[in-house]
Amino acid sequence: MEDDAPVIYGLEFQARALTPQTAETDAIRFLVGTQSLKYDNQIHIIDFDDENNIINKNVLLHQLGEIWHISASPADKGVLATCYSKTSDSKVLTCAAVWRMPKELESGSHESPDDSSSTTQTLELLCHLDNTAHGNMACVAWEPMGDGKKIISLADNHILLWDLQESSSQAVLASSASLEGKGQLKFTAGRWSPHHNCTQVATANDTTLRGWDTRSMSQIYCIENAHGQLVRDLDFNPNKQYYLASCGDDCKVKFWDTRNVTDPVKTLEEHSHWVWNVRYNHSHDQLVLTGSSDSRVILSNMVSISSEPFGHLVDDDDLSDQEEHHQEEKKKEPLQDSVIATYEEHEDSVYAVDWSSADPWLFASLSYDGRLVINRVPRALKYHILL
Amino acid sequence: MAAVAAGPGPGDSPESPEPEASERRRKAHGMLKLYYGLSEGEAAGRPAGPDPLDPTDLNGAHFDPEVYLDKACEELVSQVERLVSKQAFLGEPAPGPHLLALAHPDTIRKMKNDFRKMEDEMDRLANNMAVITDFSARISATLQDRHERITKLAGVHALLRKLQFLFELPSRLTKCVELGAYGQAVRYQGRARAVLQQYQHLPSFRAIQDDCQVITARLAQQLRQRFREGGSGAPEQAESVELLLALGEPAEELCEEFLAHARGRLEAELRDLEADLGPSPPAPDILEFTDRGGSGFVGGLCHVAATYQELFAAQGTAGAEKLAAFARELGGRYFTLVERRLAQEQGGSDNSLLVRALDRFHRRLRAPGALLAAAGLAEAATEIVERVARERLGHHLQGLRSAFLSCLTDVRQVLAAPRLAGKEGPGLAELLANVASAILSHIKASLAAVHLFTAKEVSFSNKPYFRGEFCSQGVREGLIVGFIRSMCQTAQSFCDSPGEKGSATPPALLLLLSRLCLDYETATISYILTLADEQFLVQDQSPVTAVSTLCAEARETARRLLTHYVKVQGLVISQMLRKSVETRDWLSTLEPRNVRAVMKRVVEDTTAIDVQVGLLYEEGVRKAQSSDSSKRTFSVYSSSRQQGRYAPSYTPSAPMDTNLLSNIQKLFSERIDVFSPVEFNKVSVLTGIIKISLKTLLECVRLRTFGRFGLQQVQVDCHFLQLYLWRFVADEELVHLLLDEVVASAALRCPDPVPMEPSVVEVICERG
Repeated sequence: MEDDAPVIYGLEFQARALTPQTAETDAIRFLVGTQSLKYDNQIHIIDFDDENNIINKNVLLHQLGEIWHISASPADKGVLATCYSKTSDSKVLTCAAVWRMPKELESGSHESPDDSSSTTQTLELLCHLDNTAHGNMACVAWEPMGDGKKIISLADNHILLWDLQESSSQAVLASSASLEGKGQLKFTAGRWSPHHNCTQVATANDTTLRGWDTRSMSQIYCIENAHGQLVRDLDFNPNKQYYLASCGDDCKVKFWDTRNVTDPVKTLEEHSHWVWNVRYNHSHDQLVLTGSSDSRVILSNMVSISSEPFGHLVDDDDLSDQEEHHQEEKKKEPLQDSVIATYEEHEDSVYAVDWSSADPWLFASLSYDGRLVINRVPRALKYHILL
Repeated sequence: MAAVAAGPGPGDSPESPEPEASERRRKAHGMLKLYYGLSEGEAAGRPAGPDPLDPTDLNGAHFDPEVYLDKACEELVSQVERLVSKQAFLGEPAPGPHLLALAHPDTIRKMKNDFRKMEDEMDRLANNMAVITDFSARISATLQDRHERITKLAGVHALLRKLQFLFELPSRLTKCVELGAYGQAVRYQGRARAVLQQYQHLPSFRAIQDDCQVITARLAQQLRQRFREGGSGAPEQAESVELLLALGEPAEELCEEFLAHARGRLEAELRDLEADLGPSPPAPDILEFTDRGGSGFVGGLCHVAATYQELFAAQGTAGAEKLAAFARELGGRYFTLVERRLAQEQGGSDNSLLVRALDRFHRRLRAPGALLAAAGLAEAATEIVERVARERLGHHLQGLRSAFLSCLTDVRQVLAAPRLAGKEGPGLAELLANVASAILSHIKASLAAVHLFTAKEVSFSNKPYFRGEFCSQGVREGLIVGFIRSMCQTAQSFCDSPGEKGSATPPALLLLLSRLCLDYETATISYILTLADEQFLVQDQSPVTAVSTLCAEARETARRLLTHYVKVQGLVISQMLRKSVETRDWLSTLEPRNVRAVMKRVVEDTTAIDVQVGLLYEEGVRKAQSSDSSKRTFSVYSSSRQQGRYAPSYTPSAPMDTNLLSNIQKLFSERIDVFSPVEFNKVSVLTGIIKISLKTLLECVRLRTFGRFGLQQVQVDCHFLQLYLWRFVADEELVHLLLDEVVASAALRCPDPVPMEPSVVEVICERG
């Protein structure tokens, strides 16, 4: 079973922001935001044709500034939010806004993108998340199971909950909380938990992880010194409600049970530099993807702390003889956490990795030099998990 | 008999006439008298006859036919000789007798005649003899019943004496009891008991028996009393017991009582010992304690056991079991006390005293052990000794660990002490030497201390445990290997300290520990293990940890420590760089005039680290570029190459060129593993630290936006770093590459990238 070769796509600019088109469940589509101080920044809509291994791209202009973070609405394919910085009067300010892409690009246009200059279209601004009182926006997170009306944004030491009203044309600050303490506290990352009716958000600032209740905007838990150095990213296990993963500058990936904040459940130390991104697979939470500034992407199999610690359960009755053979094979293999693969297609720091929202076996990674790589989970493992 | 002899010649005596009858009766009576041993006084009046005992007297009671015949023959011969001599007188030259005989037929005839006479007389003699026999039989028949009567009388006499003894018995017994002659009394009682028992149906005997019983009961009571009082000492007690047993007291009860009594005394000993234990601080030292226990309790127990076995030997296994149980119980209590005492000793440091005490303890218990094999005292004692030995080993291991930890604390203190300018440096090597020698001497001391347990003169050293397991599992594995392992673990634990950021472990300590572990790997471990193996000739075949395994562990520890050292030091410098990048407003910065202070600090710190590592680690190998060439390379870098790299990036037409160029460059350069394992040399360590620092600088720069002067400042800073850092690393190309990338990234993050003239950069940097 040979695995398909990775598919590589190059952007002209540096890039850090990557997201799957969350609301799209059929087509494999990623959005990438560029960083350029001299030219108009772009959002690349990248369609991947799985069958033909072909990438189609559409470029949207994002003229307000370089994009630091991008996230797509879980309800509306055409809506996305970006954190972008703009330079004015020798000052850099990072803002956030909600955008709508042209209707015809929502489901991907398959016209030939050769004449890119002519087809370049502009995003339609829906609303700004007004941060004049709160400082630089670090990231924006949509309510995962919601109707695309609620957004959390992190600005310096504030956590802001927004209500999008009137077809997202207006963002109203619903509630907020802020982090008090000595020194200049700054949120670096935040994720919205898909569990507990989407009432929990986790944030990272410096070396600390915190959980928040969005109804009261109060802190639920706090994992101090979760990492030896700055925490760069975190993610919730989609199937186990108390589990979350975090990564940071100490080169480690740690898995936490938020009911026990003193010790991590598991620690991985595979990267040789800061780990910038950690993502659980949406369906099979034993698959964990990490991207690091050592230019590597690592796919790990954390089966022991996954929701399927004993493999995928199949009724014995359903098994034909052939399948039984497989079953036996599977039983022989001890379920051990392991690194499935290390992907070395990047030559610069990888700042973003994410799974496709449509195909659970496919993921993309983005390095600073603008290289987007689309990879698949090795087939052997895929069948191992499925069968 | 005398009368017979005096009677007529041998010819007529058998036919003694009747009138002689009365005479004969008198004679018979006299003989009877003689027979019954009455005094000769009665016969004194009579004329002294021939010797009544003459065996030749035919009527004598002592007649012996042989003697008689001999005598008769002799007489005959003498007569013949006489005749012959007469003949000799008649004829002149005396011819031989036969000639004479031949010559004298008369003589021969006469001889014939004589012989015939003699024959007749012999016949008569035989007849007489028959008659005598007959008489004698008749006489003894008559005397028979008298004889019986006399015998009976004698029997009655004896019986009466016995009866008298019996009747006197109660009083005698009383007297004996009063006098305290218990032994005598018991003997009397013992003699009478059976008779009394037999005739108890007779009232008089019954009375006596009752009396006796009362007295005996009293006697027994007194004996018991004496037995219980116990003041009289063991030998008397033993006597009491013996007597009581003789009195037929139930042995089982006596056993119990004996043991109960012995228990009392032994418990007193134990109480004394316990008092010695007591909470009072000035307890006697362990040696004195075991001595006391040995002479008091163990001696007592021995004595009790010996006496018991002597007295109650007849009790068989049941008795022996009782004794064993007794000994087991008391012994158990004794052991508990000893163990409590030994437990107090655990913290002590004096092994020799302890070993001596244990030796005495063990030695002492051999005697009762041999005596009472069933009680298992010797085994229990050995067990205690083994346990103590194990605990001692544990104690020494603990001691070594704490010694190691206190060494580390000392090192920490020295490191934390305010450093005298320039003096702090050489301290590190000295510290390492101090720590190493201190630990080694601790190990040696511990080895010497536990070696006492296996000394030849110690009584338990030949036990299998001390010959085998103690040496191999205990000393070698438990103590030495255990310590080295725990040392490695302790050292490794410094790597895992959770708060890496505010890591409390001074980096110098990490470095020192790493070197220490490496030294252990190269030499010390094998030295220590050889030392241990030599001192404790291991006879045990159980598997032991191989030297190579331990060495591998130590090496791994050293490697981890050094890697951690690199991380920590790298982090320190990274933090400086990061703060300096993050907190500065790069957009509105002024035109650079100086290298920023933080860069100087970075170089200073790196130099300090270089010095520090150089104290403990060798230089290591660099890539071929020699120092003079690199100097030249550097100036090339700062002018032409840097220029070349920037040129395309700000020509507006080609925004991708930077990427292209850097990508092409990357294609030909190796990927840089930032946090990679280090080798055991200075260059590798420094390379690691610098890699981490510069990579941090790169990542931080990429997160900022720079104004024109901001970029120029970065340019200056990087040039400065380039100037000073290349000498520390294995491959200076690495520093070039990373710094290039920093400047390139800064240029990318700059909306208005106008680099500074390289010559100006150089001037600023050289100005310092």
